[in-house]
Amino acid sequence: MMEKMIFGRYIPGDSFVHKLDPRSKLIFVFVFIAIVFIANNAVTYALLLAFTLITVLLSRIRLYFLINGLKPILFLMLFTFLLHIFFTQEGDLLWKWQFIEIYEEGLRQGIFISIRFLVLVFITSILTLTTSPISITDGMEVLLNPFKRFKLPVHELALMMSISLRFIPTLMDETDKILKAQMARGSDISSGTIKERIKAVVPLLIPLFVSAFKRAEDLAVAMEVRGYRGGEGRTRYRQLKWDWRDTIIMVVALVLAIILWLLRS
Amino acid sequence: MDIQLQQVGYAYAKGTPFEKRALFDVDLHISTGSYHAIIGHTGSGKSTLLQHLNALLKPSEGSLRIGDLTIVAGKKVKNIRPIRQQIGIVFQFPEHQLFDETVLKDIMFGPLNFGVPVEEAERRARVLVEQLGLPSEVLEKSPFDLSGGQMRRVAIAGVLAMEPSVLVLDEPTAGLDPRGRQEIMELFHKLHVEKGLTTILVTHSMEDAARYADHVAIMHEGTCVINGHPQDIFADEERLAKYRLEAPRVVRFQRKIEALIGRPLAKLCLTEEDLAIEIGHVIREERGNL
Repeated sequence: MMEKMIFGRYIPGDSFVHKLDPRSKLIFVFVFIAIVFIANNAVTYALLLAFTLITVLLSRIRLYFLINGLKPILFLMLFTFLLHIFFTQEGDLLWKWQFIEIYEEGLRQGIFISIRFLVLVFITSILTLTTSPISITDGMEVLLNPFKRFKLPVHELALMMSISLRFIPTLMDETDKILKAQMARGSDISSGTIKERIKAVVPLLIPLFVSAFKRAEDLAVAMEVRGYRGGEGRTRYRQLKWDWRDTIIMVVALVLAIILWLLRS
Repeated sequence: MDIQLQQVGYAYAKGTPFEKRALFDVDLHISTGSYHAIIGHTGSGKSTLLQHLNALLKPSEGSLRIGDLTIVAGKKVKNIRPIRQQIGIVFQFPEHQLFDETVLKDIMFGPLNFGVPVEEAERRARVLVEQLGLPSEVLEKSPFDLSGGQMRRVAIAGVLAMEPSVLVLDEPTAGLDPRGRQEIMELFHKLHVEKGLTTILVTHSMEDAARYADHVAIMHEGTCVINGHPQDIFADEERLAKYRLEAPRVVRFQRKIEALIGRPLAKLCLTEEDLAIEIGHVIREERGNL
């Protein structure tokens, strides 16, 4: 089950998107998330969709793999879609069956919201799939640097983030191991009443917490003995490099925003 | 309980870019009451293989028969629970699975899950704690207050308390001190003999495999390459080296003695005791010759 999760996974490659600097990618994703909300008619949504598909092609990540990763939020998408369809009562009445009425505007809104979801999930997934967690944190740290002036512990936040990202797969493996060990002892999470299932989670969670705390302590000790003293005066081994590609996608983001603004109704 | 694997294969993360083939074409027959050792270099698929033995993983190719239950790749399996009770698995570092408030409750977790009455489960826990050489006071303690070695024993007791007829051991003594290792291995051997258990030991220790097992299977790069009697397997050091394994210490010592006296001993000894007796014979013969 957990092998299928794509969140936080990184697929190495050397496509255009892979080669981008993490800073430009992060800025682009933030800008993109904002400009998605500019779109409000068929043309603008089609443009967003087309743009996203081109990005997918450029990243050379197999589409079906992205769709697979969409599954966990499929329920949410469907739910908002249905909500719009049934509760928006504007435009022409398209279809009526007993008390269920579907209006044109509802259908439109439902489709638009679904596209918005799809586009956001794809773009953010591409960010994490083509950028190693380490580069993302590096990029974040540099981008947030100006906020140091306001006493924001930027280095510590970046460190926390890279540690948590680093331990996601480890904890997943650990969960899998403990789950199997308890299953071998007859515990059963996947069947029974809800009460039974909740009870079956305890033998999984307690060992998981115990080992997570132990790991945290070990890591703290390991950092301490190697003389870690926080970010002050620390130089970096991985240098970030901004090149023409990064400038290009900044321009692309700007152009996309302008076109969307012009085409919106 | 007979276990038969036919052409079993398994791939992790099937259908994703991370797909990894961990097992292929594994044929193995484990007959009731035997003591099988599965040896192999790190990453040879030993642990993946053993998770098939109680259907924690289902083969993606081939089929496997556990007692009366047949599992065929790609088909749904019903009624796994009785199998889980029959086959107890002691995983690597089993102390990581401890969770309950007291040692007693933790040991009773398995049997209670399989519907054993509370009194019976408690009786088993008390007997096992004694068998594993733990003081009976630990029963009321939290498992997290024990030492590493004690935690290991409690976790093992938790598996034995289900009274399985097949015991699968995944490096049960890794990280223990030499004395603890020996005590635990001896206990497993005692149970194997007294209760007629079928025992499957996954191990890095050639010494343990040579001393206890009556069958040895070598795993190499995801498949079972050799399956036979320890006498034959450990006699062929060249073949072992091919799979990045080496003969047990006692065998290597015997080879040195043979080089020294210039002739082979009467048989290949797999335990220190046997070798001592053989050397005794040789010394007696040499004296007779004088």
